[in-house]
Amino acid sequence: MVRHVIAPVDELPPGTRKFLTIGERPIAVFNIKGEFFGLLNRCPHQGAALCEGPLIGLAQSSDPGEIEYTRQGEIIRCPWHGWEFDIRTGQSYCDPKRFRAKAYPVNVEPGSAVVKGPYVAETLAVSVQSDYVVVDL
Amino acid sequence: MNVQFRDRPEQASSVHAKTAIADCDIHPARATKTELYPYLAKRWHAHLETYDKHPYQGMMEGPPYPKAQPNASRRDAYPPEGGPQGSSLSFMQAQHLDPNNVVLGVLNPLATGQGIRNHDLSAAICSAINDWQIEKWTGKDSRLKGSVVVANEDGPAAAAEIRKRAGDKNFVQVLLLSRNVEPLGQRRYWPIYEAAEEVGLPVGVHAFGFGGNPITASGWPSYYIEEMVGHSQCQQTALASIVLEGVFERHPRLKMVMIEAGFGWAPSLSWRLDKSWQRLRSEVPHLKRPPSEYIRDHIFWTTQPMEDPERRDHLFELIDWIGWDKLLFATDYPHWDYDDPSRVLPAGVSDANREAFYLNNARKLYGLA
Repeated sequence: MVRHVIAPVDELPPGTRKFLTIGERPIAVFNIKGEFFGLLNRCPHQGAALCEGPLIGLAQSSDPGEIEYTRQGEIIRCPWHGWEFDIRTGQSYCDPKRFRAKAYPVNVEPGSAVVKGPYVAETLAVSVQSDYVVVDL
Repeated sequence: MNVQFRDRPEQASSVHAKTAIADCDIHPARATKTELYPYLAKRWHAHLETYDKHPYQGMMEGPPYPKAQPNASRRDAYPPEGGPQGSSLSFMQAQHLDPNNVVLGVLNPLATGQGIRNHDLSAAICSAINDWQIEKWTGKDSRLKGSVVVANEDGPAAAAEIRKRAGDKNFVQVLLLSRNVEPLGQRRYWPIYEAAEEVGLPVGVHAFGFGGNPITASGWPSYYIEEMVGHSQCQQTALASIVLEGVFERHPRLKMVMIEAGFGWAPSLSWRLDKSWQRLRSEVPHLKRPPSEYIRDHIFWTTQPMEDPERRDHLFELIDWIGWDKLLFATDYPHWDYDDPSRVLPAGVSDANREAFYLNNARKLYGLA
């Protein structure tokens, strides 16, 4: 696993997402209410750019007539066929055994740690005064 | 390792090596509401702005059910220059035709003049749409071929439009929709079939349309998902009517294409028709053969949205009944239920069948072999 520094934390405020390609892999990193999540930007169903879809909540029903809407903003809905995936785990709701979106851990690290390595940040100038968003691939 | 920042992620489909395909269901859109005006008489500009289109559907605009994605289309298919999905040729080329190596793309314009109660307006918009297809699409990219859109409820006007386009290589089929005022085999539609056979164009029947009837055989359902699966129900009604009214006895050279309504139901409908025909033949003596034979001989099927059984041998048995020579690959670009060409056929298909499915059947049917 290689840790990649992808942006200063200020460049990814809550409610935003960043698309990038690391090696051959299209990735998207999301800031959802201060928490960071990484996903491979390729839907396991038919290959669409999954992370261009809207972030919605999870509508579930414990009993007919009772509907709970939870996890707001934590479910990514594919821009093609509308498949829903849990941004935390990549799990598909309709067919979890066959389809799972690839999720990557994302963390915020202080500049002082990033400067030391073992991080890869060739296109970023890293400063010890800032915090950085780091994704593990 | 390099870390690159990009504005748009690359479509996954562009990273595979691609063989040439036909896409038998592409939906071109207008970028603006007035884009058709150059092809419409001035009197219709004023009419549209005053009265708009009045479809065979209650007193409302838009589709009978709200769609699950904006404009029923992929959210990643908005052209960079603005306008709705499917309204830019250059973006369609860059996002779909080039990376998927589409060498034949059949255009099926929706939201045209079909299903409009004012039949003069219906015919005017349909004819304008046909001019627009040449001007904006087929005249600019020879991979694209148009469909002759006709005023479906006005048989003579529709037939005149078909004859007007006779021999025009910009068009490869006549387009009807599945929902009409009456089942599609009724005689009000016969002039369409007569003209199509005469000019040598197949008639495509695409799911959707406005007929003033509920979208099921038993009233209006609650959910869009019921409209989605209801398309196959409506298509079965249309196909049964066409066969039982004797359209193919009258027009033995006519071919038809069932577009975007599934094909998994073809065997069961055929078996049921044949069984009833054995008992009720004397009611329809104009039929000289079992209904299934007309279906096998005259009907082609586009694939999207592809049938997707859990076991691939079930899919293969189904296609064996229909015939590998009767399926036409389609994506439905730019609509949201798009099928990616690299994902629809499971392993275990012979090269000959694969090539027929993706390209050769379409080339043959549309006279481009």
